[in-house]
Amino acid sequence: MCLGIPGRITAITDAGRQMALAEVSGVRREVNLACVADDGPLEALVGQWVLIHVGFAMAVIDADEAARTLDALRELGEAQEAVEAMAAGQRALEAGR
Amino acid sequence: MKYASEFRDPKAARALLAEIARVADGLGATRARPVAIMEICGGHTHSIFRYGLDKLIHEGVEFIHGPGCPVCVLPMARVDEAVQIAERPDVIFTTFGDAMRVPGHVKSLMQAKASGADIRMVYSPLDALELARRNPDREVVFFGLGFETTTPSTALSIQQAAREGVRNFSVFCNHITVPEPIKALLDDPHMRLDGFIGPGHVSMVIGIHPYDFIARDYHKPIVVAGFEPTDLLQSVLMVLRQIAEGRAEVENQYARVVPEHGNKVSLAAIADVYEKRPSFEWRGLGEIDASGLRIRDRYRAFDAEEKFGIGYAAGPRVHPEPEGCACGAVMTGRIKPTACPQFGKGCTPEMPLGALMVSSEGACAAYWQYGGARAAAE
Ligand code: SF4
Repeated sequence: MCLGIPGRITAITDAGRQMALAEVSGVRREVNLACVADDGPLEALVGQWVLIHVGFAMAVIDADEAARTLDALRELGEAQEAVEAMAAGQRALEAGR
Repeated sequence: MKYASEFRDPKAARALLAEIARVADGLGATRARPVAIMEICGGHTHSIFRYGLDKLIHEGVEFIHGPGCPVCVLPMARVDEAVQIAERPDVIFTTFGDAMRVPGHVKSLMQAKASGADIRMVYSPLDALELARRNPDREVVFFGLGFETTTPSTALSIQQAAREGVRNFSVFCNHITVPEPIKALLDDPHMRLDGFIGPGHVSMVIGIHPYDFIARDYHKPIVVAGFEPTDLLQSVLMVLRQIAEGRAEVENQYARVVPEHGNKVSLAAIADVYEKRPSFEWRGLGEIDASGLRIRDRYRAFDAEEKFGIGYAAGPRVHPEPEGCACGAVMTGRIKPTACPQFGKGCTPEMPLGALMVSSEGACAAYWQYGGARAAAE
């Protein structure tokens, strides 16, 4: 929860709420772009790598940094943990209890 | 060098280790008289153990594990209050998975869920907000946990809920801040710390200047670091060099992610939604002045403590630790986990007594996972 995970922005889904689809370690997840949006158009972020913390893109990073960070997270077991947490979040929304 | 071959860049790691050894020798650092460097962040603790950095590094450098794991410092009373909210029949209680197994006085959230409470693990406060939209007849409460890294996420979620007029969403706020406990540790006469490794992802939000007081008032070096092994080694080297040159500064080893002044949008959202509590309880450390955040009056409708009249909203509280548990001493780096009488006996990852044994970022769990169990038997 503290380390965050790199993901790549693939599409803007809701410009009003500053939401976008990101691909994170093979999983697709909606994330919020408010913290990395600056004042430019959101579309400019499509294709970029960002560091995602609990559903919020917190920093734009380059592809090399993203690859290195993902490696380190896999080593620590945190990449799997993040992907599982995303799946759990999805289940929480869909299933009842 | 047993583990160095696992490094992405073993050559760089070797060179850093050699240079660390040279500078440490120059300082006259020995096993008996080590330079004590506290890594504040639990993510760093995890990384140090995963790569065996504590074994690879010059014996005159000692890592002291800091209180930077938000799950580990969560007091039992707060877990009790979370359970209390979660057991209300009208509530859907949402939390990061990390918090599920943290023991309370009576039960953990995991146990509360097993006995029927509607508790759901989510990845993001945005999942909780979406649950609230989909379940207008239920109260959806999010367990707000974490340091400055996760604080913006709940602040922005509360702002979003306010804009949309979502009335059945609230946050049980346990957000805490990093600078205040460091100050408390520095003021503790029993602590002997020579320098700090600062948490990189916290500084991604707050920048590096909230640490100025460490250099200015306490004359200790602090280097904000990434969590890859070579980041950590480089940061240790930067701390040692400062000591060798008689400097005490805030340096940024992780500039590729950490902007000097932090993240503007995050800081604005935090300032809009939260204010400092007079004090907040840390497990093992007690109440620390101005170390926790609460929701401002203008967002009162989203404050679960106010909504359900519990927690700090309900007056003074008592908070004993479980018997024989040395969490406080471990948390402040006064003893190693293996010195706790419960380590590996009354307290294991399967049956945790203290939260330090629950999270992969807790020092006790890290010791256990990476050979500490062996050390305990020796
Ligand atoms: S071993 Fe368990 S009881 Fe002892 S300090 Fe660690 S978490 Fe606390």
